[in-house]
Amino acid sequence: MPLLIEQALNGVQLGFMLFLLAAGLTLIFGIMGVINLAQGSLYMIGAYATAAVAAKTGSFLLAAPAGLAAAALAGMSMEYLVVRRLYARDHLDQVLATFGLILFFNQLTTILFGRQPLFVEIPPFLNGSVPIVEGLRYPVYRLAIIAVGLATAIALYVLIARTRLGMLIRAGATNRDMVRALGVDIRLLYTVLFGVGAMLAGLAGVMAGPILSVQVGMGEQVLILTFVVVVIGGVGSIRGAFVGALVVGVVDTLLRAVLPGLLRQLMSSGSEADALASGLSAMGVYMLMAIVLLIRPKGLLPAHG
Amino acid sequence: MSEPLLRVQRLFKRFGGVSATDDLSLDVRPGEVHALIGPNGAGKTTFIGQLMGEIAPDSGAIHFGGTDIRALSTPARVKRGLARTFQIIELLLEETALDNVALAVQAGQGHSFRFLADASKDRSLRAPALDCLAAAGLAGRAHTLAAELSHGEHKQLELAIALATKPRLLLLDEPMAGLGASESRQMVEALKRMKGDVAMLLVEHDMDAVFALADRISVLVYGRVVASGAPAEIQADPQVKLAYLGEGDA
Amino acid sequence: MADPSNKPARPLLSSVRRRLLVALLLVGLVVLPYLASLAGQPALVSLATRIVILAIAAASLNLALGYGGLISFGHAAWYGVGAYVVGVLYRHFVTGDLLFGLPLGTDQLLITLPAAILVSGLFAAGFGALSLRTSGVQFIMITLAFAQMIFFFFVALKAYGGDDGLIVRRRNALPFVDTRDSATFYWVSLFFAVAWFAFMGRVVRSRFGKVLAGVRQSERRMAAIGVPTYRYKLAAFVISGMGAGLAGALMANHARFVSPDMLHWTQSGEFMIMVILGGAGTLLGPALGAAVLIGLETQLAAWTEHWQVILGPLLVLMILFTRGGLSGLLGLLRGGGR
Repeated sequence: MPLLIEQALNGVQLGFMLFLLAAGLTLIFGIMGVINLAQGSLYMIGAYATAAVAAKTGSFLLAAPAGLAAAALAGMSMEYLVVRRLYARDHLDQVLATFGLILFFNQLTTILFGRQPLFVEIPPFLNGSVPIVEGLRYPVYRLAIIAVGLATAIALYVLIARTRLGMLIRAGATNRDMVRALGVDIRLLYTVLFGVGAMLAGLAGVMAGPILSVQVGMGEQVLILTFVVVVIGGVGSIRGAFVGALVVGVVDTLLRAVLPGLLRQLMSSGSEADALASGLSAMGVYMLMAIVLLIRPKGLLPAHG
Repeated sequence: MSEPLLRVQRLFKRFGGVSATDDLSLDVRPGEVHALIGPNGAGKTTFIGQLMGEIAPDSGAIHFGGTDIRALSTPARVKRGLARTFQIIELLLEETALDNVALAVQAGQGHSFRFLADASKDRSLRAPALDCLAAAGLAGRAHTLAAELSHGEHKQLELAIALATKPRLLLLDEPMAGLGASESRQMVEALKRMKGDVAMLLVEHDMDAVFALADRISVLVYGRVVASGAPAEIQADPQVKLAYLGEGDA
Repeated sequence: MADPSNKPARPLLSSVRRRLLVALLLVGLVVLPYLASLAGQPALVSLATRIVILAIAAASLNLALGYGGLISFGHAAWYGVGAYVVGVLYRHFVTGDLLFGLPLGTDQLLITLPAAILVSGLFAAGFGALSLRTSGVQFIMITLAFAQMIFFFFVALKAYGGDDGLIVRRRNALPFVDTRDSATFYWVSLFFAVAWFAFMGRVVRSRFGKVLAGVRQSERRMAAIGVPTYRYKLAAFVISGMGAGLAGALMANHARFVSPDMLHWTQSGEFMIMVILGGAGTLLGPALGAAVLIGLETQLAAWTEHWQVILGPLLVLMILFTRGGLSGLLGLLRGGGR
């Protein structure tokens, strides 16, 4: 039982990381109508910047803001140079242009940092573990990820539902001319918003550093998983992204934890059982997506209707 | 009196808190032109959408040709003889006028799972399509790309496409909107020629056209039928004058 | 009133000149191995074979994407499945093991190709039926996600090499023809490519093709004339998958190797780029796109191992500043043409 709780917590933690990416993707898609494949690259940039600064200074407290800033900066220049010209285009052009950006960022990262994965140490003040239930101690760092994710979700909710900026965001999504009439520079607003979306992805990258290896290609793995989240949750809805992310995080983690043992009991050959289990658990969330599609083609919590 | 071709009973549709269709009952007899008039925002286009199966009503019954069609998809309704024109044109702009109509003829001939024969050389598609274009007054523009047609010609093409599905009931969503005086007259003439062969539900603001064509008129205000009757009765109805004609756009 | 535009729309080139041009292109492609050996560049034949095969995959994607407007980001899945059919059948042919309890292993191209087309079509039918319940940006994400799932499936398929893939030691055999000769295999591939392009040419002019073009331009209009669009979109998706399966099967023979890399999502992206580069919704565009992209990659890769750092921005520039790929670019150069 403690093992199951631990894995469920790991799932929640993965869910919150996915939420940060899905929220950024959804924000940008919902408001600007752009599907940005390079969201995964921003995540990678956040992780690499953190790893690089941490290696230089030895301080996670310096490295984390650096990661956030790098992702936001990369995002805003991406918007200024490329994405801005894609608002009026169809999704196909957006997909291909941001695909080109991925190729560029991946290769550039390889040139700068090489192919060897980087590792980031858990900051000392978040090291160690605390008892959760009888017989289970859980790493503080992972709890911190959950806390940061939760705080971000609340902050996003307040930002969109309660503030003037949020009002502009909601108005901008439905009526660009009205926002312009209010005297707001919509181009600047969009650049800033894109930066916010990039920073969310960067935040996930910053936090991923100490628990995953930082390497080229990390962005796309998580990007595709994020797509699954968005499809399950419903396109264009932050609430959907939240629910979808937690569902995907927990299901994915639990399948990986539980399936091998289960299959070993059922099958005679241990190695075959392991191979099958790893395959099935890798495919699990996609099957979940297929089931959701069969029942609710628009996702669990679609933005409209 | 003959059995109505279309019978709508107690139809309701709400969007959020707004009633788009409010206890709407109405029928159209075979061959009849039934005009539906009313101020903007009265729910006329939403009503056509529900008849075609593009929008699901909240409650109420729609019978067409004696059967309940509420569960049918849009294509299935078209197969039974319903067709519509769009107020805001919905055309294949990259194709010629002829190809737009020929595709509707093709759809009427059954499935399109034929992969090898060249469809543009198919006489069984071209001949009826040219007839429909002629009926809508567009014969001279058959080989022009839809994107290059004028607004009035777009409206005519909408009509020709709808005709090509061989409808029993035509749902016309403001066919005169945006037309000049002579274009309107042409459209009225085209519709007059078809009158009797096909029943029509005519949604229109142009009162001259409505009185020239309609056998019956219903007035829709806020999704509700406030009056229904022969054109002379409607013209004389004080309630209608107040709600609609009185606004001076007649 | 005389109306100058009221005559059948005329294509860019008259049909006679078009036919002549295509015939010329074909002759050029057929004699290419001779030219390559004359020029002392035998490696060109292998490169040309790759381009010809990838052109089949791009052309099949073009049916769904260019003509039908279905932005599928998972085309590499059907391509990879086709390749695995060849790999798996060859493995069973060599070991003599039963497949599904039957002695199905074979190294005969005339069996493996139809089998690959069939299996890829079945996969595309299943996943397409699900994916087409959505549209727009959701469809893009879902096709990408399902393709990734199939990718993971082959990674986990340890019985057939898993991550490492399968080696096809010897190309599949054809009666009377030595497929091991690289020029011969080029001609075999070219034959299938020409056949596939001819088929595509017929399909897009057929009744089915007209419906498909209609679905791209206005699905609402198609429903309003009585066309149930879903089944036509699915059919286009399946045919598109079958073409990719054919290409995958040929590539497995050409490279004599199959691995999950063939199903990688970047491969799907490359197919899309070929289609857009050459001109979506044009018959020969995908072939041009395949030739240019593979040629460009080969050239850049000869300069630097980090060629993607150049290719990426090139793609971005192409999308931002040319509408309709290279044909759009040609139009720009010709001056003002749309």
